[in-house]
Amino acid sequence: MSAVSEQQATSPAEPRKGLSPRKKQRISRVIQYAVLVVILVVLVALADWKAIGESFFNLDVAGKGLPELFTVALRNTVIYTLSGFVLGFVVGLVLALMRLSSVAPYRWVSAIYIEIFRGLPMLLIFLMIGSLPLAFPGFELPGGVYGSAALGLGVVSAAYMAENFRAGIQAVPKGQLEAARSLGMPHMRAMVSIIIPQAIRIVLPPLTNQLVTLLKDSSLVLILGVTAAQVELAKFGNDESSTYANPTPILATGLTYLLITIPLGYVARRLEARQGAGR
Amino acid sequence: MSTVEIKNLHKSFGSLEVLRGIDFTVESGQVVCVIGPSGSGKSTLLRCVNLLEQPTSGTVVVDGVDLTDPDVDIDAARRHIGMVFQQFNLFPHLTVRRNVTIAQERVLKRSKGECDRVARENLEKVGLIEKIDAYPPQLSGGQQQRVAIARALAMNPSLMLFDEPTSALDPELVGDVLAVMRKLAEDGMTMLVVTHEMGFAREVADRVVFMDGGVIVEDGPPEQVIADPQHERTREFLRRVLHPGV
Repeated sequence: MSAVSEQQATSPAEPRKGLSPRKKQRISRVIQYAVLVVILVVLVALADWKAIGESFFNLDVAGKGLPELFTVALRNTVIYTLSGFVLGFVVGLVLALMRLSSVAPYRWVSAIYIEIFRGLPMLLIFLMIGSLPLAFPGFELPGGVYGSAALGLGVVSAAYMAENFRAGIQAVPKGQLEAARSLGMPHMRAMVSIIIPQAIRIVLPPLTNQLVTLLKDSSLVLILGVTAAQVELAKFGNDESSTYANPTPILATGLTYLLITIPLGYVARRLEARQGAGR
Repeated sequence: MSTVEIKNLHKSFGSLEVLRGIDFTVESGQVVCVIGPSGSGKSTLLRCVNLLEQPTSGTVVVDGVDLTDPDVDIDAARRHIGMVFQQFNLFPHLTVRRNVTIAQERVLKRSKGECDRVARENLEKVGLIEKIDAYPPQLSGGQQQRVAIARALAMNPSLMLFDEPTSALDPELVGDVLAVMRKLAEDGMTMLVVTHEMGFAREVADRVVFMDGGVIVEDGPPEQVIADPQHERTREFLRRVLHPGV
């Protein structure tokens, strides 16, 4: 290689030995396509298409899940997700303000909370919520499963959203608070009217991603033990697929998740791009 | 009655002493321009007048109220002290109208109609009534700064602080902002202006204060401080500002 380039440098008119870089690139690309084609051919040859059609794209079985797939399962998933998001939003905002407080114990409490709940798997949180009645006999969360689901999803997302909000608040230029204070606004009023609205705009993309994560995590509500009326997408798919001994409903619920998560992801990227352009 | 009375003001940031004993007063209706090289402490001095910076020691008395007294209601005091910033600091998520009404409504508890009337009146004064429904990022720097002046005036301040109000502007936009400030001075507003605009200082100021190294070096009428400075440091500074590149 170095011999070639040396030669090039000394006598560019002389024909080069070996392959030119462009030729090498072309060969490499041909090899990559060939590998892809081979893999596809092998997959197609090995797969049992009839079985796949019957198991995963069985329209008869898929049809039996309608309309409950949307009217019950999707509806419950959305309810669990949104209630968890709202709780996480409010608690997260309070935690962020505590994290930035001039009172040290508030900062500590908030930091500890965030560390704990970002460090635990969502599954474990739901198992703990399920065990709450053991610790407090007779205690019942308002809203039953709905309350428990909101709590589980809320306490965890609050930890993530708190970090988002903190970053957003710190990203608002210092002059904004100074301008508000110079107009005689008390600190809290300035935060509520001037700083937080701008911070929320800044963290809209990560919050949208948080919503996507919550939507997927809401599948863990099945740990709480739900009735047929409280069932969400993942459990619904699983139940249907055992009933008919066919995995098509699982695929159908998967598609239903994507129906929401892909547009939300798109919205998040659009928001991000718009912010990038605005600055 | 003197509007601003500063006595033996000191301000340190960590081990850096930015203000090293400032004494001066601004009489009611006076326009005082503070000039000096960057790092001389002039902006810090201005920010101590409404306590955006907490003085390390000394007193700042505005309209007879000692703002450095820990018991003083600083929010109440700031209502009467308008401030205009180098970077405008308009609220970008609010319309021009809302920028000018929000503090009136939330702080002064004026009625919605009253807020709107005052907003229109002051936007009229700075010549931007037609921009009332625009958002700040849609305005030029000069327009934003004039809205910022209107926002401060809407609180009916008895004192206006200007922190290098034209330093962030393109040269061709400086004139409009200075014209508004000149008008304000003619109307009898008490003004404390940190500026590099020597023309404005010479024509509009009642007094010019030259600061360097955290102290006031020279304080007097513009015809003295700018045209006939007594101190070598003032002369040196003015030479560099008035004849750059010579």
